[in-house]
Amino acid sequence: MTAPAGPTRPAPAPPAGPPRPSTAAPAAASAAVDKRLKLVEATMRRHGFRGNALIETLHTAQEAYGFLDDDLLRLVARTLKLPLSKVYGVATFYNLFTLKPAGKHACVVCLGTACYIKGSGRLMDTLHKELGLKAGGTTANGHLSLLTARCFGSCAMAPAAVIDGEISGKIVPDALVARLRKLAEDAS
Amino acid sequence: MSAKTLTINGKPISAREDETILEAARDAGIVMPTLCHLDGLTDIGACRLCLVEVTGISKLLPACATRVAEGMEVRTDTEQLRKYRRMTVELLFSERNHVCAGCVANSHCELQDVGIAVGMDHVRYDYLFPKLEVDLTHPQFGMDQNRCILCARCVRVCDEIEGAHTWDIFGRGVKAHVITDLNQPWGESLSCTSCGKCVMACPTGAIFKLGSTVEESVKDRSKLAFLKNARDKKQWVM
Amino acid sequence: MTPEELDRTQERELADDAKYEHQVHVCVGTACVALGSATVAKNLEAEIKASGRDGKVKVRCVGCPGLCALGPLVEVEAKDKPEDEPATLYQYVKPEDAREIAESIGGAPASRLQADTRQPFFTRQTKIVLENCGRIDPERIEDYIAAGGYRALEKALFEMQPQEVIDEISKSGLRGRGGAGFPTGLKWATVAKSNSPAVTRVPDDILARKFVICNGDEGDPGAFMDRSTMEGDPFRIIEGMVVAGYAVGAGKGYVYVRAEYPLAVKRLRSAIRQAQRSGMLGATIMGSGFNFDIDVRLGAGAFVCGEETSLIASIEGGRGTPRPRPPFPAESGLWGCPTLINNVETLANIAPIISRGAAWFAGIGTEKSKGTKVFALTGQVNNTGLIEVPMGISLREIVFDIGGGLPEGRNFKAVQTGGPSGGCIPAQYLDMKVDYESLAQVGSIMGSGGMIVMDDQTDMVEIARFFMEFCMEESCGKCVPCRVGTAQMHGLLTRISEGKATQAHLDTLTELCDMVRRTSLCGLGQSAPNPVLSTLRYFKSEYEDKLVKDGQNER
Repeated sequence: MTAPAGPTRPAPAPPAGPPRPSTAAPAAASAAVDKRLKLVEATMRRHGFRGNALIETLHTAQEAYGFLDDDLLRLVARTLKLPLSKVYGVATFYNLFTLKPAGKHACVVCLGTACYIKGSGRLMDTLHKELGLKAGGTTANGHLSLLTARCFGSCAMAPAAVIDGEISGKIVPDALVARLRKLAEDAS
Repeated sequence: MSAKTLTINGKPISAREDETILEAARDAGIVMPTLCHLDGLTDIGACRLCLVEVTGISKLLPACATRVAEGMEVRTDTEQLRKYRRMTVELLFSERNHVCAGCVANSHCELQDVGIAVGMDHVRYDYLFPKLEVDLTHPQFGMDQNRCILCARCVRVCDEIEGAHTWDIFGRGVKAHVITDLNQPWGESLSCTSCGKCVMACPTGAIFKLGSTVEESVKDRSKLAFLKNARDKKQWVM
Repeated sequence: MTPEELDRTQERELADDAKYEHQVHVCVGTACVALGSATVAKNLEAEIKASGRDGKVKVRCVGCPGLCALGPLVEVEAKDKPEDEPATLYQYVKPEDAREIAESIGGAPASRLQADTRQPFFTRQTKIVLENCGRIDPERIEDYIAAGGYRALEKALFEMQPQEVIDEISKSGLRGRGGAGFPTGLKWATVAKSNSPAVTRVPDDILARKFVICNGDEGDPGAFMDRSTMEGDPFRIIEGMVVAGYAVGAGKGYVYVRAEYPLAVKRLRSAIRQAQRSGMLGATIMGSGFNFDIDVRLGAGAFVCGEETSLIASIEGGRGTPRPRPPFPAESGLWGCPTLINNVETLANIAPIISRGAAWFAGIGTEKSKGTKVFALTGQVNNTGLIEVPMGISLREIVFDIGGGLPEGRNFKAVQTGGPSGGCIPAQYLDMKVDYESLAQVGSIMGSGGMIVMDDQTDMVEIARFFMEFCMEESCGKCVPCRVGTAQMHGLLTRISEGKATQAHLDTLTELCDMVRRTSLCGLGQSAPNPVLSTLRYFKSEYEDKLVKDGQNER
C-alpha cells in the first residue's frame, strides 16, 4: 500500500519492508491516490469542513488508505482547521484507527465474552504457536496481520473472527490455522 | 447573582451561586488536596482528590466541578475520604517513576505536597515501572514523562490561555501520555510559542526549564489566574 | 406523507401482500449473512421465479428471528395458516437447499431442515421490541407502514400535546434499557423543562438548540440486542426518536452507532433516507408543522463511548472522555444544550406504548420493572440467540426452557449479566425473578441485556481477570482511580490466577475494588470492580484455593 501524498508536500519514502509489487502504471497509480484523497475531502465537505467532522473524516481516511500516516493527519488538521495535537489525540484514542500499515490480509479474532468462553483465547494461543503471530502483529513478509476486537455482535456464532472484512463463525482452530497459513504465504 | 447558604463540615457558609464547592470552601478557610485543579483553568474533576460527601447524594462529588446549591450539606474530611485520598496518591506514585531525589522540582512539587498532606508513607501497590521518555529537544524547556501525572493542566493552559493547543493526549488508559503536535519532539513543534505557561502550570517536575536549579524551579502558578482574569474580565489583579 | 397518505399506503401494501398465498422470510442479520443467507434468498427467488410462482409466493429478506444458533433461518408462512399455529421454520439453510424449500411450499414441509417451533424458545417469548424483526423487510419503509408503523407518530403529532406524550411514557413505567434503568418519563420531563442557554457551542449549520441522541454504541461483549434491532427494524427506532423530539422540544437527533456494526449503519442510513423522502423526517413531518431530522454518527471503537457524556464528546469530534455530572446531559449536553440520550431498546418501546397505551405496557412485567427485556443469550447454552421476555421471568426458565439448557455433558455454574459492569449469578438463584431490583440484590445488574451461561469448567477468577483486562484496556485514562486502579486490580488478579498471591494481596484487591467503585469519574470505572466483587461473593473458595498459604514462599 503506497503512502498517501498531501497536496503541497512531497510524498515521504514508503515504509521500510519487503518491496511490494506495483499493481498499476504510474499515471493510474496517481489517479488511485487522488481518488482516495477525493473521498476524504468529500467527507469533510459534506460536513461543511467543521471541526466536529473529525471522526467521520478519519473513518473515511482509514477505510480509503488502510492506515492514517502523518501526512494524512496533517491534511485533515489543516482542512478542518484543528490543532495537530488534537487530531493526533483523537486518532490514537479509538481502536479502529491505526497509524501503521496493516498487512495485505487481516484476521480479527473476537475476544468478547461469549467468544472467549467458547475458546477464542485458546485460539489466539494456537495461532501464536503455529504462526508466530501475536495480537497486533504482522508476518515478516507483510502478508498477514492478526488483530483482536471485543465483540462484533455475532455472539451466537462464537467463536467468531473477521477475515479480510468477512465474518466467519463457529471457528475450528485447525481450519483457521490452515487458512491463515495460506494467506500468509500467498504471493499473489 | 444571588447568594447561596450551605454548610461545609458543619460550618455555615455563604457563597455566590456560580461558585464551586471548592471555591466556597477555600473562601471559608477549609482546605482539601487537589492536583488537576488550577485557578484560571476549566476544571475537569480528574484526579478525584477533592471528592466530597453531600447529604442525600449517594455518589461522591468533585468539589472543583460541582456548583454550590442552597442548603447543601458538605463533608470534606471524613475518615473514608481521607482513606480514598491516600489510596489515590499511592496509585499515582505506583503508576510512573517518581524519583524525588533526582528531580528539579524536589521540595516544590504539588505531588509531594499532596503526598505529605494525605499522610502517605509507603505505597501498597506494585510499582508499574513503565519505560518512559525524556524530551530535551526544545531550546528552553524539557519534558520528563516519568514525572507526569496526566493532570492535563499543560493541555488546558496551552489551549485555554495561550491558545496554541500544542499539547494533547495520546492513546488511552494507563498507556496514555502527553504529546506535542503530531507526537513530535517538542523542539520540532511548529505551534509552540515557547511562552512557558505549561512549565508554570505543571504541578510536578515533568515540564521544567532547562538548566535551572532546584531553587530556581519555584513556579508562579498564580500568573495563570491573573491572565485569565485579564483576558475574560478585563481586570488586572496581581 | 400526511395521515391520509399513510392510510392509503398501508391499505395498498396490505392489499398487495394479500395477493400472495405464501410468504418466505429469510433472515439477513449479520450472523446469518455471514453464513450465506443473502445467497439463500437470491436462490429462493430464482427457484420460485423459474417455477412461475412469483405471483403467488413472496420472498422477503427480514431481520433476526432470534434463534441464531440454528441460522441461517428461513420461515415459510401460508396465508390461511391458523393464527395459533406456528409457521414452518427451516434451520441451517444452505444456498443449495433453496430448491428443496421452494418445492416444498404449498405441500409437505422439507422435514430434513425443519426446526421445532413448538419449543419454549418460540412459545415463551413476548415480543414487543422485536415484534417486527423477522417479519418485515428492514430496508422498505412500506413494509414498516404495512405492519402499523408511524401510527404512534401520527397519534402523538395530531392527537397529543408534548406533555401528554411525556405523561404517557411516565405512566408506562418504562425504564432505560441501556443498563441503568432510569425512569424514561422522568428523563424526558427533565429535558423538556430545561432551557437552552443563550451561549452554546452548536455549529453554525445547525438550528436546533435541543437534541435527542440514540445510544447505539452497544459495547458490552456478548450483547447484540441493539445490533439486531437496528438491523431488523430501524424505522421503529427512528419513529421513537421523532416522538421523543416532539415530546421534549428538540429539533435534531443523532444515532450514534459503533463502527463495528456496518450493516446496522447501512440499514439506519437507508431508513433515514426513505423517511426523509416520505416526509416522516425533516420539515413539517406528516404535515404537522413539527420539524425534526436525524443524522448517523459513527463510533470508532471505544467502549467508554457508551457512557453518555463520553458519547457526547465523541459526537463533538473529540476524544471520548466523560465529564463530571452534574450537570447532567438533560440540562447541559451536546454542545452545551439540553440533550435526551436513550438506548436503542428504550426508543424501540416508544411507538408501541403510544399506540397501545401506557396501561397495556404497565400490565407486563413486575411492580417496579415494567414491560419486556431483550436478552442476548450466549455461552454454554444450546439455544444461543436473541430473546425477548417479560420482566419477572425466572432465570431457570430463560436458561433451561427457552435456552434449551446446557450442551451435553456440561453443568450449570453461573450466568453472567450486565457485561463487564455486571456480576455472575450462581445456581442457588436460578428461580429469581429477572428485574432491575432483584438483579441488583444478588450483586449483578440488568445491564444492556447480555446473558452469558457459564459451565463448571469455567474458572471464575479467570473470568474476573478477563473482565478487568477489558476495563483496563478500555479505560479512557482521565481519572486516576480507573486508569491506574484497573491496571493494579488486573495485576492483582493475574497474581492470584498464577498462584503468586497471598491473603494480603486479596485484601488489597478487595479494598481497591471499593475505592475504584466509589471514586471513579464515570460508570466504566465505577462498575469495573463488579465482576470481582460478584465472584468473590459467590466463588470465594476459588480465589482462596489459589493463594499461597502462610509459611510457604511468599514472593
